[in-house]
Amino acid sequence: SRVITGKCFVTKDNIDTDQIIPAEYLTLVPSKPDEYEKLGSYALIGLPDDLYKTRFVKDGKMKTDYPIIIGGQNFGCGSSREHAPVAIGAAGGRVVVAESYARIFFRNCMSTGELYPCETELRLCDILKTDSEVTVDMDKNILTDHSNGKVYDLKPIGEAGPVVDAGGIFEYARKHGMIKTA
Amino acid sequence: MAATLSFGSKTCTGALKGKTANVVSLASSKKSFVTKAVKRPMTMTEKILANHSNNGVVTPGDNIWTRVDKLLTHDVCGPGTFGIFQKEFGPNAQVWDNEGVIIIPDHYIFTTDPRANRNVDIMRDMAQKYNIKYFYDIVDRSNFRANPNYKGVCHVAMAQEGHCKPGEVLFGTDSHTCNAGAFGQFATGVGNTDAGFILGTGKLLVKVPPTMRFTMDGEMPHYLQAKDLILQIIGEIGVAGATYKAMEFIGSAIEKMNMDERMTICNMVVEAGGKNGVVPPDQTTFDYVKARSDKPFEPVYSDPGAKFIAEYRWDVSKLEPVVAAPHSPDNRKLARECKDVKIDRVYIGSCTGGKTEDFLTAAKLFHKAQRQVKVPTYLVPATQKVWGDVYSLPVPGCDGKTAAEIFEAAGCVTPAAPSCAACLGGPKDTFARMNEPLVCVSTTNRNFPGRMGHKEGQVYLASPYTAAASALKGYVCDPREYL
Repeated sequence: SRVITGKCFVTKDNIDTDQIIPAEYLTLVPSKPDEYEKLGSYALIGLPDDLYKTRFVKDGKMKTDYPIIIGGQNFGCGSSREHAPVAIGAAGGRVVVAESYARIFFRNCMSTGELYPCETELRLCDILKTDSEVTVDMDKNILTDHSNGKVYDLKPIGEAGPVVDAGGIFEYARKHGMIKTA
Repeated sequence: MAATLSFGSKTCTGALKGKTANVVSLASSKKSFVTKAVKRPMTMTEKILANHSNNGVVTPGDNIWTRVDKLLTHDVCGPGTFGIFQKEFGPNAQVWDNEGVIIIPDHYIFTTDPRANRNVDIMRDMAQKYNIKYFYDIVDRSNFRANPNYKGVCHVAMAQEGHCKPGEVLFGTDSHTCNAGAFGQFATGVGNTDAGFILGTGKLLVKVPPTMRFTMDGEMPHYLQAKDLILQIIGEIGVAGATYKAMEFIGSAIEKMNMDERMTICNMVVEAGGKNGVVPPDQTTFDYVKARSDKPFEPVYSDPGAKFIAEYRWDVSKLEPVVAAPHSPDNRKLARECKDVKIDRVYIGSCTGGKTEDFLTAAKLFHKAQRQVKVPTYLVPATQKVWGDVYSLPVPGCDGKTAAEIFEAAGCVTPAAPSCAACLGGPKDTFARMNEPLVCVSTTNRNFPGRMGHKEGQVYLASPYTAAASALKGYVCDPREYL
């Protein structure tokens, strides 16, 4: 569904792939189900401890309390590693709302179907606080902060939307008759 | 469940030579006109993509299906890529071109991490199952030289093995695939899913990027290197300054560079958010390519009158050595302004700064200085060939000494087995990994928090000259002090 409600986790600008999933965890192969789950437990573990007192995935847990991530500019910069959106998705992340994305990360969100890469023109990362309950509505293109009822505009998810809805490019291609299965 | 892919009304039958037909004629997203399209002047990136699609002409912003000449993968992303390929195309599918897939283990090789070792084994199985011609295997991890096929860092190996060609389209499961743009080709990084798609189809849907042009003119000062130029550029436009754009590098300074130096520049295009980087191919390019491959290629050049979305120009003779200070590749500072930064170690290696030229120049500075390093100085040649050059090539102007001899005399750590090593941290036992919060000057490509291992580690990105000078000083140091 394109309407996602839950607690949000706020990050700042230039969250690179090493912060999202440090390289030492890249020995985990995302196409293997048990390693996929394990990847999720390490999502955003690279964020500096002094800037991020709250962890995206709490110690000892495999899943996150935060289906929604708020970001600033250039979210997902750095490596082409697909493990980045996969780790967030495996942990239970559903959508990122950021000012802008690095291109490979954006592509990977869509191709894997793991995350909706939603954009906003506002510095929501300066406005919202981690643990606030919000609703991201990608049909109406608004984000609602339930702590005070304020509503913020989102940019339409566009062509990325249906691909993530379907679960990634292969699923999308099958659904639309682009792939014939024997 | 086997799958075939068809876009458009026809399904192609009959395989092309050496190529299989899991998929097929993919219609372009726009209706293609039978009559001659009016040719608009195009940049070389646009032309390469147009040549590889059903479109005679492309415009930045167009979504097009491009044919792929080569797909590169390594030990970290290869297993996942093939996993997706098998799941989506079925156990009986063949890769689109068993000579177009190039598998180069390089990331986590010399480690006891069992999963890392398993990933190399998986790539071996895939290479055998799909009859992959180019798989540069390693079995004896205790002695890299006992593995004649093993190369090392994938991007440098691609060039050295003759897989980089002007005019071609290369995708790789690694962000620094843009390195190959130095050869005048379209080269960029993708994730496992896109790569799995290419494995089955030999094509990918991409958006044509507009091109930013960077003219680097003038005579390079003797203390300045390609790394200084690209750090200068990234510092200028920022880590997102080239997002979704191509970066084209021209000018007299570029023309005088050898292929190693051109690769250093294109390598870090991704650090500015760039989609791909290109250098127009010339005699330097042709000589390098022809010495390593006799396969034909067709160089492509920007048309006169092509439109560029931005133009930058520098007189390189006026530039000074720079570093990128923690924690961003665009945190540009003059090296001389960081002279009070005490450092704990120096690292010379990676696809960005571990090539033959990088080691020869670092050695030249050490030899000229005639003194010992003040901090542990780690050297990781990118490939077996670079390692061999370090031990056999006389460094120009250094009394016939090899780089290895000079490094030893300067007290550096013995050059290590070729791989990506500590550039990206890796498993905890990786050579030169930063396991404590230290300050390091490095010839690598990224310095975000935790990049080389420890989250509080501080990495200053620099040229080989600046790295060598800093090793001698024990502080971040402008190489003019020793050159």
